[in-house]
Amino acid sequence: MTRPHAIVLRAPGTNCDEETAAAWERAGAVAETWHVGRLIEAPQELDRFQILTIPGGFSYGDDLGAGRILAVRLGTALGEALRRFHDRGGLILGICNGFQVLVRSGLLPGGAAPGPATLARNESGRFEARWIRLAPRPGRSPFVVSEDSIELPVAHGEGRFITADVTDLDRLQAAGQVVLAYSDDEGRPTQAYPANPNGSAGAVAGVCDPTGRIFGLMPHPERFIDPWHHPRWTRRGTGLAPGGDGLRIFAGAVQFLAG
Amino acid sequence: MLWHLQIKPAPGQADHVGERLAVEAAELGLGGPWSIQASRGFLVEGEISQAELERAAREVLIDPVVEVASIRPVGSRADGVVHVLPRPGVTDPEAESARALLTDLGYAVANVRTIRTYRIEGPAKTLSRLIQRVLANDAVEQAVLGELPFDRLGQGQVYHFHRVEVPIRGLGDDALVQISKSGQLSLSLAEMRAIEAHFLELGREPTDCELETLAQTWSEHCSHKTLKGRIAFQGRTIDNLLNETIFRATRELACDWLVSVFSDNAGVIRFDDEHDVCFKVETHNHPSAIDPYGGSNTGLGGVIRDALGTGLGAKPICNTDVFCVAAPDLDPDRVPPGVLHPKRVLKGVVAGVRDYGNRMGIPTVNGALAVDPGYLANPLVFCGTVGVLPRGKAAKHVEAGDRIIALGGRTGRDGIHGATFSSAELTAQSESLSGGAVQIGNAITEKMVLDVILQARDQGLFHAITDCGAGGFSSAVGEMGAALGAEVELSRAPLKYPGLSYTEIWISEAQERMVLAVPPDKWPALEALCRSEGVEATDLGEFVDSGRLILRYRGERVAELSMEFLHDGRPTVVRAATWTPAPDRPLEAPDRREFTGDLIRLLQHGDVCSKEWIVRQYDHEVQARTVIKPMVGAGDDGPGDAAVVLPVRGSTRGLAVACGINPRWGRLDPYAMAACVVDEAVRNCTAVGADPERIAILDNFCWGNTERPETLGALVRAAQACHDVSLAYRTPFISGKDSLNNEFVHDGRSLAIPPTLLISAIGIVPDVRSCVTMDLKEAGNRLYLLGMTRHELGGSLWSEVHGRPGGRVPRVDLAQAPRLFGAVHQAIGRGLIRSCHDLSEGGLAVALAEMALAGGLGARVTLADVPHDPDEMDDFVRLFAESPTRFLLEARPEAGAELEAHLGGFPLGRLGEVTAGNGERGQPSPRLIIQGIDGRVVVDAAVDELKAAWQGPLRWP
Repeated sequence: MTRPHAIVLRAPGTNCDEETAAAWERAGAVAETWHVGRLIEAPQELDRFQILTIPGGFSYGDDLGAGRILAVRLGTALGEALRRFHDRGGLILGICNGFQVLVRSGLLPGGAAPGPATLARNESGRFEARWIRLAPRPGRSPFVVSEDSIELPVAHGEGRFITADVTDLDRLQAAGQVVLAYSDDEGRPTQAYPANPNGSAGAVAGVCDPTGRIFGLMPHPERFIDPWHHPRWTRRGTGLAPGGDGLRIFAGAVQFLAG
Repeated sequence: MLWHLQIKPAPGQADHVGERLAVEAAELGLGGPWSIQASRGFLVEGEISQAELERAAREVLIDPVVEVASIRPVGSRADGVVHVLPRPGVTDPEAESARALLTDLGYAVANVRTIRTYRIEGPAKTLSRLIQRVLANDAVEQAVLGELPFDRLGQGQVYHFHRVEVPIRGLGDDALVQISKSGQLSLSLAEMRAIEAHFLELGREPTDCELETLAQTWSEHCSHKTLKGRIAFQGRTIDNLLNETIFRATRELACDWLVSVFSDNAGVIRFDDEHDVCFKVETHNHPSAIDPYGGSNTGLGGVIRDALGTGLGAKPICNTDVFCVAAPDLDPDRVPPGVLHPKRVLKGVVAGVRDYGNRMGIPTVNGALAVDPGYLANPLVFCGTVGVLPRGKAAKHVEAGDRIIALGGRTGRDGIHGATFSSAELTAQSESLSGGAVQIGNAITEKMVLDVILQARDQGLFHAITDCGAGGFSSAVGEMGAALGAEVELSRAPLKYPGLSYTEIWISEAQERMVLAVPPDKWPALEALCRSEGVEATDLGEFVDSGRLILRYRGERVAELSMEFLHDGRPTVVRAATWTPAPDRPLEAPDRREFTGDLIRLLQHGDVCSKEWIVRQYDHEVQARTVIKPMVGAGDDGPGDAAVVLPVRGSTRGLAVACGINPRWGRLDPYAMAACVVDEAVRNCTAVGADPERIAILDNFCWGNTERPETLGALVRAAQACHDVSLAYRTPFISGKDSLNNEFVHDGRSLAIPPTLLISAIGIVPDVRSCVTMDLKEAGNRLYLLGMTRHELGGSLWSEVHGRPGGRVPRVDLAQAPRLFGAVHQAIGRGLIRSCHDLSEGGLAVALAEMALAGGLGARVTLADVPHDPDEMDDFVRLFAESPTRFLLEARPEAGAELEAHLGGFPLGRLGEVTAGNGERGQPSPRLIIQGIDGRVVVDAAVDELKAAWQGPLRWP
């Protein structure tokens, strides 16, 4: 099978680009990391890629709000190129700050939710780094293919998903666009802190657009690729699993493109 | 036109900032109740209409889902509110981003400044204290009550050049001292005399810039003149303390895996066949005492640049932080004027490290908190960074003809006199005197610099690099050009705002700046690379083979010094040191026979209690390298001994990062203290699986005023211990830093910190898949205590918490300890150990409790089999003694025999076994049950109860 090509977009303050590119490689893609300025100079270069990733970090220092400045730059300088990319079947993944960028730029959630959404300050009022459990809802997005629960770390101060119109959230749920929810140990979506680390309405951890090909999530799949990334791996004794839960998200996309 | 755009939480959205401030006000004893409504905002200056600004705000300045905005011209009525904004000239990155973006979008905006506005209800009489202590930091911010008193944003005024000479020739001693004081030069009389003599010889007066350059270069902070000076001690003269102790041990060990030690910004060791790793820990105490947030923020930013400026540039892969503060619950009335409350200090320094480390994308993986009354006026802040670099990139060499390139942030007035300030004592006035010494950090600028440097390194675009730390350009260029010479045109330096004099440009400690030596033919490529990444790089001049440092401003010579005088002209400091050991006094043991209450009190002490409140605010997993996290166990919330990271992606070879610190021993016996904290750092690395034969350590001495002979004597004793233990353990020092004069003068009385030595360690883990953690794993497993327990309670946590001084300070067994570490490492490598925890503060009792609460399991153990020296020893001593080089080991029953055989040559006691949660005595929670020598139960507590006590103190909102 031919390996899909993934472009990992970095801006000043992006800081998860290296491990995100490594995760794509592990999943079987060919990854290139580009500075956003370089892509703005040559938008047509996007045509070489099937996957675009906006990784985590603090793009432009999160000045004026998390992901805001990068969102504005994408909209003004790359809006047309991104539409073309998406229309011809490209996949777009936004992780943490990248998710914030996709939401601020209006690429997410879209479809069933006409009104704007945002990722607001955590209910705790604090930046928090901790591991959480996710209940996946497969079917809509190629990034999420199995119902098996997923463990990943979160590390953010602004991850509380809200829609301006509260009924939009129900529409998103109904449309199957809420593909990842923070869950309790039994795999049930939860509002309880810290299982739901930021107080997201509907326990939303990740959403996709109506096509499923634009996907954003607050947790960091690129940080659970090998079994020893897990915080409790030393308790499991011998017989570690070959790969981490996060790898499944990248592998799902690669398999989808392999058709 | 100057507009005020005010942004509030929308109805129904929490006002986190206002709530937090109200809580802090109460904590600081400012009466109450307080109701504080906080709003952020911008002052926007330019030819922009209200309607346009409203549109711009909706587009890019507010989040319409959760925020609402209002716009009014500045100057219109606004009573009952307090505005807080950066002082003119203070870095304001978000305002700069707003200006840039609004301009890009076509709005006519000239200047922007951020502003916070508070509507406050509360006791009027303490409002001014609320503003000063909670809302604004006077060093960098201005607070305005009511309406703003200006209608334009000041940007500083133009600088009119005039060359300033300082006549010193023929002056008397008093006048020389006066010049040093009034100029905040911190130069001693002997040094001023040497300078006078030099310029008498030259037949001219020095310029202000020349004096400043000498003051920076000769400062304690930059030259470590005390530790490298001459010391008269116990009838002999020590020519260079560091050289005769710490350096000497490293020289004598001559380990073939050391790459670069004590010569660069960080120490460098070999990691694998393709990579080296470097490590450096810096202090930023004085700035943090005045501005905790800014101090620790730039402290971390600075040490990250040390890694970046090591060799030809190392990639930072993790950070460490250690804080020493007074008790956070201290009665606010006991805080002297000019001193910040310990809780404010701790919250501030944590936030500073959090914001810099998280934004840089460097995981903060290891740290410690030391709580002692001695740190009330002098909190200590240590920040460290580990970097990885390709082998062969650890050496740098400036060549004549290389361009002097300044790269990164712009130069401003921030941080003037940081180096000389940090070498002086703090006073109640320090805040007002030295506000300029507080630097302002901008992590994103540094991240952009990092991105450029690593690419430039791999493209071979420069010969040498160093960071602008204390002393700014003067130290960076002065050091790089020491062996050659340098010529600098100061007017070329890009400035944050106009108005800086040539001297301010030269010594400013503005952050995020690096200096590179770039061959002329490579400069165009570097310039292009910087442009593509949006990083500013400027050609300031040339390294020349003249042996002279020449500074010009618009072509006019403002300084000319010989490198020889600059670096070797300082008169050797000669100090007297004395040491009289504290008389032995026995510790009066309690007449209790049940110690559950004692244990719970120890678990609640700041040194021991859970640091989860701190750790969770740090992104400790970014870069996906952290395979042993700072918090471990069944609930990810137990206190790990050391973190382990993977420096090289795709390899399972790891690096353990740990530290050791204990000020209480420092007061009683600095030699024993130094020995024991080295042991603790090595112990922590070994406990997770590092190879004790491949551990390298750093020293950070924080001391009081070493002009007092007994204070200096304590330092000598500590340094001697470092030598002896380093040699015996075959654990080399690779770098270090000292911070002296940590004293606070109040009412003529000088409050000094306890002698404090932080030892930071990195240790190579051959394969992380064999790492172990400290949390109990399985009921039925056996528990062993390895290592000798002695009657050592002097400076112990038990004696601190119970206010019972006395007792012997712990000593290390130089012969046995290294062998014991080796044996533990082999046992871990052979998979014989399920969990391993070192014994430190609180001794056996605390270590057992920590393993239990981390694993969510209980334990039933007896003190009868604790290996101890011949002294008769009761339950109390066995529980709480803090003898070094001891580990608790958990092993599966089937591995027990092999482990016992393997450790046969060492003091080993089988204490008992791990117990399951439910069932026991019908208790839902597992229990920790410790039986005394005669079988009676001396500790019996539900593990949940122990955990709640341990988590309580720092469980802050």
